[in-house]
Order: sequence, then structure tokens, then C-alpha cells
Amino acid sequence: MTGTDRIAHPWGTRTPYGPGEPWPVRVDTYLEEGLGEADVDRWVPSATILHSNGDGLDIAVKDGRIVGVRGRAADRVNHGRLGPKDLYGWQAGNSQDRLTTPLIRRDGRLVETDWDTAMDAVAGRTRELLDERGPGSIGFYTTGQLFLEEYYALAMIAHGGIGTNHLDGNTRLCTATAATALKESFASDGQPGSYTDIDHADVIALYGHNMAETQTVLWSRVLDRLGGPNPPAIVCVDPRRTPVAEAATVHLAPVPGTNVMLMNALLHEIIENDRVDHDYVDRHTVGFKELAAQVAGCDPETAARVCDVPADDIRTAARLIGGAERLLSTVLQGFYQSHQATAAAVQVNNVHLVRGQLGRPGAGVLQMNGQPTAENTRECGADGDLPGFRNWANDAHVEELARLWNLDPLRIPHYGPPTHLMKIMRYVEEGSIRLLYVCGTNPAVSLPELRRIRRLLTQERLFLVVQDIFLSETASLADVVLPAATWGEKTGTFTNTDRTVHLSEKAVDPPGQARSDLDIFLDYADRLDLRDKDGSPLVPWRDPEEAFEAWKRCSAGRPCDYSGMSYAMLREGAVQWPCNAEHPAGGERLYADGRFFSDPAYCESYGHDMITGAPLEPDEYKSMNPFGKAVIKAAEYLPPHEPPRADLPFTLITGRTLYHFHTRTKTGRVPQLNAAAPEVWVEMSPEDARERGWAEGDLLRVTTPRGAVEARLRISGVRTGVLFLPFHYGYWDTPSGAEPDGADGRAANELTITDWDPASKQPLFKTAAAQAERVRPGDGQPAPAPTTTASKPVEPGVPETRGGPAAMADERPGGPA
Amino acid sequence: MKRVALAVRELHQAENELAGELLAVADRHKDDHDIFHVARDLAGWSRRHMHRLAELGRERDIALDGRPRDPEPPDRWPGDETLGASVRRKGAELLGRGEDPRLLLLRDLRGLHRMAAGVSLDWEILAQTAQALKDRELLDLAKRCHPGTLRQLRWANATLKENAPQIMTE
Repeated sequence: MTGTDRIAHPWGTRTPYGPGEPWPVRVDTYLEEGLGEADVDRWVPSATILHSNGDGLDIAVKDGRIVGVRGRAADRVNHGRLGPKDLYGWQAGNSQDRLTTPLIRRDGRLVETDWDTAMDAVAGRTRELLDERGPGSIGFYTTGQLFLEEYYALAMIAHGGIGTNHLDGNTRLCTATAATALKESFASDGQPGSYTDIDHADVIALYGHNMAETQTVLWSRVLDRLGGPNPPAIVCVDPRRTPVAEAATVHLAPVPGTNVMLMNALLHEIIENDRVDHDYVDRHTVGFKELAAQVAGCDPETAARVCDVPADDIRTAARLIGGAERLLSTVLQGFYQSHQATAAAVQVNNVHLVRGQLGRPGAGVLQMNGQPTAENTRECGADGDLPGFRNWANDAHVEELARLWNLDPLRIPHYGPPTHLMKIMRYVEEGSIRLLYVCGTNPAVSLPELRRIRRLLTQERLFLVVQDIFLSETASLADVVLPAATWGEKTGTFTNTDRTVHLSEKAVDPPGQARSDLDIFLDYADRLDLRDKDGSPLVPWRDPEEAFEAWKRCSAGRPCDYSGMSYAMLREGAVQWPCNAEHPAGGERLYADGRFFSDPAYCESYGHDMITGAPLEPDEYKSMNPFGKAVIKAAEYLPPHEPPRADLPFTLITGRTLYHFHTRTKTGRVPQLNAAAPEVWVEMSPEDARERGWAEGDLLRVTTPRGAVEARLRISGVRTGVLFLPFHYGYWDTPSGAEPDGADGRAANELTITDWDPASKQPLFKTAAAQAERVRPGDGQPAPAPTTTASKPVEPGVPETRGGPAAMADERPGGPA
Repeated sequence: MKRVALAVRELHQAENELAGELLAVADRHKDDHDIFHVARDLAGWSRRHMHRLAELGRERDIALDGRPRDPEPPDRWPGDETLGASVRRKGAELLGRGEDPRLLLLRDLRGLHRMAAGVSLDWEILAQTAQALKDRELLDLAKRCHPGTLRQLRWANATLKENAPQIMTE
């Protein structure tokens, strides 16, 4: 196939457009070598899963196998486009080393078994523990990659059936702060903005959000605006010189851990220069006076000293943001995984509240997600919250849920905040959780301080269940491994960052005996014999559509209202929630005309003290916000907990690359993606490298008090004093399979600190103090890092990242021929 | 007026003890990472309160015992163990000997709550006194510091609430 090498050109060919115009269509297709569209037996509608963008696509099926993908021209999210991970990533499902039978540990080794034996072992141990130690001994750790129906089933089983409070998703690592920041400002989760805000904005501010790599198709939309008439100004906050930074009008690269100070300085300038929409603030918000007092001392000079950013750049950024008529802000891990995560992300909401920039085209906030179905983890309560954005601290909400599930309200734990992931791990460590059921995620690589995580997951007293599609590092430690079906092998819905719901239909059968996650959960519920208060089965449905219908009833009347949708409707195309009588075709933006979900009787959350993490009591919230306005919440800057010092002079930050997802379980098995970023590397600024006399490709050892990692050096545009390590690389494709072979590892999380944001409980992957030393000089080989992304080398001579003939994908501007 | 000086002195002393106890609790529960980090941040608030009280004391010639109960600077790097911390840890181990460490956590949080409540009442007394005396400077001081104490108090309460169910039912 002729076309474009989408490894070399991740964002494809430009289709420029102007403000307010529709984004032109460009249909991207990639099929197995030698196949044309005419060879395809069936096209099965779905959406993309290796990021949070939710781009609509069709899965190509031939002879019962998936053989490619094609973007959907009519989809509101992508207008036909696909990113590199979507074009090539589907090949992972066809890998020969998929899990195809259940495994059980016998005499220390995992051996093949049948479903009955495996499920009886899981349900049997659960029942035993329930009888001996109670529901507090059972924990669930799920993902941001299942479908809505599966999360709802899991939430019902864990909260309603088993009655444990210990249920969380790996969304805790990626999107917890997005949810919490929205709850702090608007008293409920729910994305205010829409992707179409890019079409209208005159200023786009990206805070710790390397959109070019995390949501490639959304970044194509921005690039197409930048290539058209009257382009928006771009403000970028990122310690790395990302593709976003290169496109930016102003790029602020603060010292990691100082985001709150920077945001306070931006707000200081906006207030000082009176770019405040006083009418909006008076009518629709509480808390402005406290904010003004908090930021009064945070002038650009003060922030420049703390953040090491030129004061004039702060002023320039504030002028752009303060002068915008249609301001779009997006936020991601540079804020969410850094010190004072919630407090920083909330200040972005505050910018929009004080400027009245919400709920109309171009004026929006996108507190982004990391994973494809993270939104559903949150909505359905698989992150521990109560389903339907219900408030655990509001007895009326719990009673309503108990009516829906036909249970005594006392059976649904709601005596405190749900147990977040890092607390679940602590309970595992100290032995009060004895069964941990992990699905679709890989804590043995993705959690901070891996030596500790491996130690606690391998305890004799812990019964570890892992449900996955490959034998991941975590699965190799399990007592029982359950083989699951993946995308394209099962039916269900999922929701992207801007509330767009897609139906993803089954295209092919799963391999071997693998089963859908929903079927496995339903089997588990059956074997546990979970019943409602009248003795009927608690989870009565048998297939995804029945589960979806039940979810519609659960979500009805709540902010994430799906009650107006159906599978039939979704087969016609994607729909945004809320979808109900008021918004029969779905609502594009939340909070138009300054109406919020924050009435004390209705809201999902009363909020937190963002420094201590203490939840506000109901009465505190009622007296602060009796009329259900938006909450402007100020925060003081606190220095990070582990600042650099003489023997650990760097700040270590971790992050992703465009070509990989999570711990590479899928993308590492895709030739084009793996070749683009085959091995771990470490980035350092030219100044720091020069000072030490180090060069591209030198082998470095990076150490923190928690461990060491060896990686080749890439001299990149990262700011001075900072080391960057990609977090994708673990051990499944090394001889040991689960842990470092020698003394040093290659997983970035060998090094990270166990610390989390007090409000969102999101672990902090971006504020560890570290040392680097050279193990040996390079042998002429450059670091195995892509040249197309933020890891671009600053010096010439490194061969460019190319996909070659195997990566040629078709691009058709203007839609299907 | 002697009583005002006494109140300032006692409050300074109480904040000192609260800061010391927050650090001690942090050290006793290092593996409860949230408690460790937040308690240390909150100790910094008490030290700031002490600093402000000391400024007032200097202006008004009120003799305050400037020695912190805990000799370490508040910006001690969390991974380090200084002599003071080591002594405290040993003390904690002795204290905890024979006592279930999880129950010790509840007891420590309960203790912190009581101490913070005491400090809060001391600020209440100072604020009321300032109003009766029309002493704007003293009132401003109380207004700046007392909310921090209330937040320390709420944190202790919330943390206790969060941890009690698991500890008591395991």
C-alpha cells in the first residue's frame, strides 16, 4: 500500500481550517500487508483504545480474524483520522502468546487448568475470607480499559454484593486528579468542555499536557487550526520541549513540583490587571475573595524565583490567557502526577471561572483522561466512588442506590471515602487485605517503588487473582490467572474524555478459552451466590446490552445521564452524555449559562481540603455553597516533599512516549510501534550533559533511595536539573519475566517515591530526587528514543525514527472515495 | 495584660508541642505514607504559627522559649533520619512494644486531635481577648493562624475516620 509512514509522521498530512469552520475529513486506513479494502469481509464499528481520545473506527475482519482498521469519517471525535497506535496496535490481539486458558499456581508454578477449577478457587477463597475476616479482607484493582458494562457489574459485585470499600481502578494513576479537580470546582465529576472547542478557541493553554503524544488525533486538530487562517495562540506549561512546546506562542518550563506557584502567579496577573468577569463571578461562583487574597503575594517575580521561569514569560502567558475571548484549557499528567496535583489542576478551573470562560463554543476546560475507558471507571464507580456520580456522604444517595440494587443501604459501604489504590496496597502490605483481584492492569510495573510492590504482591498470605490478556509481570506473580477477551472480541460501550459514548461491537471470537471480562464477573457473582434482599440474584443480567439497560436506570437523573441512549442509537453513531429528555441527542457542553451540579442535595462531592485531603463535612459544604454555584478554591504553594540535594541533584520525572501504551503489554508486541521505541532511555538537558562531559548514547545509571535503572542517554530539550524516564518498560520481554535480572532494573518505577496527592490520591511520579552516573561511554549507538517526539535529540547526527514500508498507511482527505 | 502575655506564651508552647508530636507521629508511621507526608507538612504550619507568635513576643517583650521541642528544621528531607528522629523512633518502638501498631495509629491520631483541639481553643481565647482589647494586631494574628489549626484538627479527624473501619475489623 502506498501512503504515509505514520511512524515517521504521527499526525499525518495537514488539512488546515479556520475558526468556526468544520474540521475537514481525512480517512486513515491500515490493513494487513497485501490486503485492500475490497478483500475485507466485514467492517465492525468500534473506537480507539490505546489512549483516551475515543476516535471512531471500523474494524476490518477477514476469515474470522482482525486484519486492520479504518477511521470513521462521520465520527464527531476524529473525522476519520487515526493515530499510530490505532493504525498498528490491533495486531497485538493476534499475538501467539495471548493467554488462552486459565492458570493456577501448583507447587509454586503456574499451570494450565479449566475455568471451573480456576473460578472455584477464586470464589472459594473469597467466600472463605468473607466468613473468616469479613469484606474488608477483599480488594479489587481494575483498569481504565474495560467497558462500561463490565465496570458497572464489578462495582455492583464489590460494593453491593461483597460489601467491600476496597475497589479502585488504575485510573488512580492517570485520571484521578481530573475527577477530583472537577469535583472540587463543580462539586461533581463531568467534563465541562468539548473537543469542538478547538475549532473555536482563540487561545489554547495546555498544562502539563503533551497532547501531541497522548492524543495524537486531537493534536492533529490543533495543528490544522495552526495551519489555517486566524490560528489560536498556544500556551504550553511543560518541563520538556514537547511538540506542543515547539508549536507554542509561549512555553513555560517550571521546576517540577511548582505548578501551584505558577498557576497562582497567572491568576495574580489576571486579577491584578482586572481581566475578571465580575458579573459571572458574582452570579455563579463562591470563593473569589479567598482566591484574590491567596494569590495577592504571588507576583511573577516571586513565581519566577520558585519556578525558575522568566517573569516576563509568565506575564506574556497571563496576558494571552487574560485576553482570550474563547479560552480552551487542557490539563494532564504534568499536573496530575506532580506535587500538589489537585490544587494545581483546580487553579486551571479557577482561570475559567474568574474569566467566565465556560459552556460556550471555544470556552472550555478539558481535564483529560489517560486511558480509553477511564471515564466509565469513574461513572460506574469502579474507582470506588458510588455509581452515577452519587455522593457517599449523602445518605439519600446511598438509599437511592440501594433501591436500584434492592439491597439494605447498610450493605453498601459508605462510612468513609472509598479506599484508593495506594491505601489498598498498604492494607495488602500490612495483611488486612488477603485477596486482591486485579483485572486489566499491571501494578508490578506501573506503581511507584516497585521493590516494595513486588514484596507485597508476593506475600504468602495474599491470594492474587489476575485477569488479563497476556502473562504480564503481575500475572506471573498470581495464584490464579484468568484469560480475558479484548477489544474486538466482545461488545460494550465506552466513553472518552469529552463524554462521547461509542458502542464497540464484537468482531471476532477471543482466542482459546478466553472469555469477556463481563462473563467472568457474572460467573464470579454466580459462584458467590450474591443475592438481593428478596433472595433474587443481585446481578440478574446475562449480556452487555442488559447491563447497559441497567446502567441507564442507574444513571437516570444524575449528571452522567445515559437514559436517552440505546445500543440501537449508538449503532447510528457516537452520542455524548448527558442524553435524556432535555438533551435527546446528547449535550455537547456542561455548565452553559452558569448552572452547575453543585446543589448540596444533588452534588457528587462536598470537596476536600486540598492540602490535608480531609473531606468537607456536609454542613461545611452547605454553609459554603448553599445555592449550588461553582466553587473557586484557592491553594497555597507548598515545597515538594523530596527536593533535590547535593547527592541527589536531579528531579526525576517519568512519562510516556507516543508509540507505547501503559506497560507495553500490547504495543510492545506490535512491530512498527516497538521498533520506534524499543528500549528504555533517559533524557537530560544539553547543559547538564555538557557539564559532565556526557554524550548521546552513553550508558547511565539513574539512582534514587529506592533503586537503580540503567538507560542510554538522550540529550533532549528537557529543562536543566531534570531527568526524564519513560515508564513503559518492564520485564515481561526479559528472561526473568517479572523483575530486574541483575542489580539494576529498566522500569522507571524502580525509582519513584511512594507519595500521593492528599485530595485525589494520585501517586506522584514527577517529583523524585535522583542521581545519575555514567556506567560507560557510548559506542556510537544513539539512545533508543524516538526523534519525532519530545525525546527529539538537540544535536544532529541521530537517525530519524522511521516506520518504513511496513508502516505505510492510507490517508484520504475529504472522506471516502 | 499579664494574662495576655501568659496566653501568648502558652500558645507558643502548645504549637511547639503540636509540631513536635506531628513529626513524631510521622516518624512512627513512615509506612503509612499519606500520614507521614501530610503530618510533616502540617508540622510546618505549627512552626509558622510559632514564628508569628515569636515576632509578636519580640515586639511586646514577652519572653518565649524559642527552642523547638524538636530540634530539626522543618525542611528536613523525608528520607533522612537525623539523631532526633532516631531517638523518637526508638522511643516509639519502646512505646509500641507489645502494642498492636495499627491500634497505635488510631491512638496517635486521637492524641493529635486532642492536642490540636487544645491549640484551637487557645487561639479562640486569644482572638476573644484581642476583640475585647480592640487589639487589631493580635486579632489579625489569630485570624491568620487559627484556620490552620482547624485544618489540622479536621485532618486528624478525617484520617482517623478513614483508618478506623479497617483497623477495627481486621
